[in-house]
Amino acid sequence: MRLQAGEVLAVVGENGAGKSTLMKILGGIYTPDAGEILLDGRAVQLPNVTAAQRLGISLIHQELNLAENLSIAANIFLGRERSRFGPIGLLDNRTMNRETERLLSRVGLTLSPNTLVGRLKPGQKQLVEIARALSLDARILIMDEPTSSLSQSETDRLYEVVFDLKRAGVAVVYISHRLFEVERVADRAVVLRDGRNAGELARHEINHGVLVRLMVGRDLKQFYPRTHGTNSDAPIRLEVREIRYQDGPDEPMSFQLRAGEIVGMAGLVGAGRTELAEALFGIRRLTAGQVLVDGEAVAGNGKAWSPALAIAAGLVLIPEDRRLHGLVLQESVAFNLSLPNLSALALGGLVQQGKERHLASGLVERLRIRTPGLWQKVGLLSGGNQQKVVVGKWLAHTPRVLIFDEPTRGVDVGAKAEIYALMDQLAGQGSAVLMISSDLEEVLAMSDRVLVLHQGRLAGELPRARLTEEAVMHLATGGTAD
Amino acid sequence: MNNLVSGLNRLANYRTLGVIVMVAVLYAVLLTSDPKARSWDNQMTIANRLGFYGVLTLGVGVLIISGGIDLSIGSVVALGAVSFVMLARNGYHPYLAGLLVVLMGSGIGVANGLLVTKLRLQPFLVTLCGLFVFRGLARWLSPQGSPGLGQVPSEFKPAVENLRYWLFGGSPLGVPQVLVLLLALAAVLGMLVHWSVFGRHLFAIGYNEQAARYAGVAIDRCKILAYVICSTCAGLGGLLYILDNQTATPTSAGALLELYAITGAVIGGCSLRGGEGSVLGMLLGAALLPLIKQIIIFGGISNDLEYVLIGLVLLAGTIVDQLLVKRN
Repeated sequence: MRLQAGEVLAVVGENGAGKSTLMKILGGIYTPDAGEILLDGRAVQLPNVTAAQRLGISLIHQELNLAENLSIAANIFLGRERSRFGPIGLLDNRTMNRETERLLSRVGLTLSPNTLVGRLKPGQKQLVEIARALSLDARILIMDEPTSSLSQSETDRLYEVVFDLKRAGVAVVYISHRLFEVERVADRAVVLRDGRNAGELARHEINHGVLVRLMVGRDLKQFYPRTHGTNSDAPIRLEVREIRYQDGPDEPMSFQLRAGEIVGMAGLVGAGRTELAEALFGIRRLTAGQVLVDGEAVAGNGKAWSPALAIAAGLVLIPEDRRLHGLVLQESVAFNLSLPNLSALALGGLVQQGKERHLASGLVERLRIRTPGLWQKVGLLSGGNQQKVVVGKWLAHTPRVLIFDEPTRGVDVGAKAEIYALMDQLAGQGSAVLMISSDLEEVLAMSDRVLVLHQGRLAGELPRARLTEEAVMHLATGGTAD
Repeated sequence: MNNLVSGLNRLANYRTLGVIVMVAVLYAVLLTSDPKARSWDNQMTIANRLGFYGVLTLGVGVLIISGGIDLSIGSVVALGAVSFVMLARNGYHPYLAGLLVVLMGSGIGVANGLLVTKLRLQPFLVTLCGLFVFRGLARWLSPQGSPGLGQVPSEFKPAVENLRYWLFGGSPLGVPQVLVLLLALAAVLGMLVHWSVFGRHLFAIGYNEQAARYAGVAIDRCKILAYVICSTCAGLGGLLYILDNQTATPTSAGALLELYAITGAVIGGCSLRGGEGSVLGMLLGAALLPLIKQIIIFGGISNDLEYVLIGLVLLAGTIVDQLLVKRN
């Protein structure tokens, strides 16, 4: 991959294609296992962030790294504060503020350097990040999904800044999912797939269709079992009627899941899939609409709704962040498997150890969880086995609706196949499965149909017959349904 | 066999082992310091103190497992002690007054729990406010100096003596009743913490509240119950305090007790981050402070060094604990 002064190079690829990893190597956060990085023709080492910054490479993260409780000036000079009187180190606020004002005007912000960053809008924060990079005399600026949280006008403002930087000779690497943006800002585009360079496009070659074809295009492997039959007359297990939820889109959303069906939910990072799952499971407040399980209205219309009630109604969630939301890591396999089932295991409020052991060992066997024992700390298991524990705790009773959020993230290939087999089996037993996934391959292989989300809204639905990666990506990147 | 070993491991983990060693060492030091320290009377004194501190330590220990903290224990003890006398002076039968004092503790626990869960206030802050408020109430309730059992109407005197006999100083079973009370409480709380559904939820919430929420645990109810247990124990502590000391000076009664209780729980293996601890450990942790006090008396150490010694023992315990955890 090459980058020239004064050009904007777009790096595109599916989730997990290796874009962020590559950029973190350039930013000095990860060290490469092999290969060379040449800067101005000379090989350079980037052991850490400071080294990269000294060489003029600045990385602006997808998640902004600003201290919200400090002022703009304090953020820009964080770790490099200007001071007076040498070793005493009194802050030289005057110099820092003057410098900050100059930088802010360069990125087109008219704000006092003393403004607290927490008060800024997302777009303004993004510009402050850029100002910080400029203060480091960045010659190479790497922007990872810079517009993911910006409004349209903020995005336009950002483009102007990018064009200004380009004119000033700064080389910009622009990572984005949004292919229309790439068409607009990039001088060149590199497409990554599975961590490899899948193709390079010059400015006049860049268009939506070509990018998608390069991002996709590979054979599906054979470890996706499909034994459950599909029946379009099966009873409706979950009906979502015109719901809106806390911090969600204004537009209400509706869809249905039938018994014995695996429905994929695709979309880009930030499309609002996890938020939707949280709303359905009672973590996020529903502000409008209704949720029905087996025809019975369980949530919405001011009814109380919480994870405990959702579980009681037979609707369970396998959360995206299993270490934070799925498991009590320091506790044992048995503890975690029995946690939501304790009332069934208890007599007079006391947990019956024999019953607990029976339940846990049954699940360990059924899911083939590889663990030295039931009392092993779950945090010490491999990612795949941890995930099986997260799923397993819901299988003491067959749930009516299961929502899997990124079920195979950080899971090895062997455990992946087992989780797919389990989903297939659950569908065969009449459960409805909603599989939220950024792994397009598994979405295509496992789903009976796919719902695609774009910016919080349902962009379209694809039946299995019309299911292709191109079709999913088209909808997910803001294309319209035809 | 494997199950038995891992079960024992869970029960007597390194942290409990550490406090067992500390208690044994301190007790040995005490017994060898002076022949009089080996007297039965001295053992009874230690048992009395252990009973009193133990009740408070168990309460706050349960709360700490859930990830909470209570700084108002000492003030609740003072308020309870003062209230008991004032109620009896105003014609409440001592049995009823005792019950009301304990229930007042429960009520304070409900209030703390609601503030922490429903308004999402920080436990440290809520109970710090309680520390001031309840101490102030104790002072306001006792305008003429220190309320004491001597001010109780004479027709209630036999009932008060009964309470003293059955709850604190008497020894119908050969050991001070307060120790029997403590062990009974420990048995109940031990079952609740280690074997019940509530206990499981307590550990899950303490370790990872989010995961517990996603598993459908009724977080708020559990937390409130933990506060109720803690403050009920503090209320009971107030009753025990007045029965033991006869008078309660509203400005100083029970001062610093919250810190003694927290110290005992932490030395006994409770992690202030929550999710760790055992009732057995709390009992042993509660024994440390009475032992240190007796060592100071019998070892001829200046009384002024008491706090220094307590602080150093806690520090040593923490360091040993850290080293064991690392090696583990």
